[in-house]
Amino acid sequence: MTGLLRLAFEFFKTGLFAVGGGLATLPFLYAMGAATGWFSAQDVANMIAISESTPGPMGVNMATYVGFASFGLPGALIGPLALVFPSVVIIIIISKILNKFKESKMVQDVFYGLRPASTGLIIAAGLGVAKIALLHLDQFEITKSLGDLLNYKAILLALVIYLIMKKKDLHPILMVVASAIVGIVFKF
Amino acid sequence: MKELLDLFMAFARIGAFTFGGGYAMLPMLQKEVVEKYHWATEDEIMDYFAIGQCTPGIIAVNTSTFVGYKTHGILGGIAATLGIITPSLIIITIIAAFLQNFADLAVVKYAFNGIRACVCVLIFNAVSKLAKKSVVDKICLGICIVVLLLSLFSPLSPALIVVLAGIAGVVFRRTGIAGGEKK
Repeated sequence: MTGLLRLAFEFFKTGLFAVGGGLATLPFLYAMGAATGWFSAQDVANMIAISESTPGPMGVNMATYVGFASFGLPGALIGPLALVFPSVVIIIIISKILNKFKESKMVQDVFYGLRPASTGLIIAAGLGVAKIALLHLDQFEITKSLGDLLNYKAILLALVIYLIMKKKDLHPILMVVASAIVGIVFKF
Repeated sequence: MKELLDLFMAFARIGAFTFGGGYAMLPMLQKEVVEKYHWATEDEIMDYFAIGQCTPGIIAVNTSTFVGYKTHGILGGIAATLGIITPSLIIITIIAAFLQNFADLAVVKYAFNGIRACVCVLIFNAVSKLAKKSVVDKICLGICIVVLLLSLFSPLSPALIVVLAGIAGVVFRRTGIAGGEKK
């Protein structure tokens, strides 16, 4: 029981102080592993690999994995719940404040700057995914040949998806499932 | 009650099919939250992303709480948050229990490489849909481009970049460089 309490406390701390999403939780996880002995840095690397190849927010995935690996099912529940608890409280408080000051000029002016900033950050995130998805950077490093840089299969798939989306605004779930199948069938 | 269940289920769908976390959830949010249920506008989603980026916690979770709270108060916030994390809890527990080598399986790698190619198209498609609303004038376009360059090529944290953009918004509007009233 004290172990579970400690787990809850450790993830509560992470949720409270890690600003900026999934990757921001990493330093906290390394520190947690070192301080508690629940898992090693190698385990964290394994968790990252799994979190990145499963759906869902990475931070939540890692908290679940750590919780389960350290304390079984109760840990898998308590880890992620403790992680999200502080931010739920904080966001509800911010929402209340925003509702009050939504019409104020100050808030309007701040949002005037924030909206294009979000757009820029999303484009950056998209480019980050595109770089990994459409290019073979590691092979290019070795051969320095442009022919090895492009991941033709993936580019072709992306192009097909783009054309389909242009014609018909299908649900993203459909596209994701179809791409997974294409990836498996054609050994991407 | 039914609405809370709708919130939970919609965010569970988003959680189950968002690969790559955070901003990669935008296409799903657009479909479920904006187009299907009209729980929030695209502008509001952008605000939530920006605030979620510089407050503690995971952006995807913060955005879910925002949408849930906006539509159904505290219970809504909790329902949406539980929705977004539930698929992760189930999937990761199964993997941790039975499939330790999950990430090394060939079939997983193939599937995931396919999904990644799809996700980047989905993200750009989603962004091009909403850019018309969030980038309303040349100043906004400038902020967007500077933020993009800073996040690609500078060591500044995204949270700090968002704060700077907020300050820039105030400065441009107060000095009259950017148009006042009209959004």
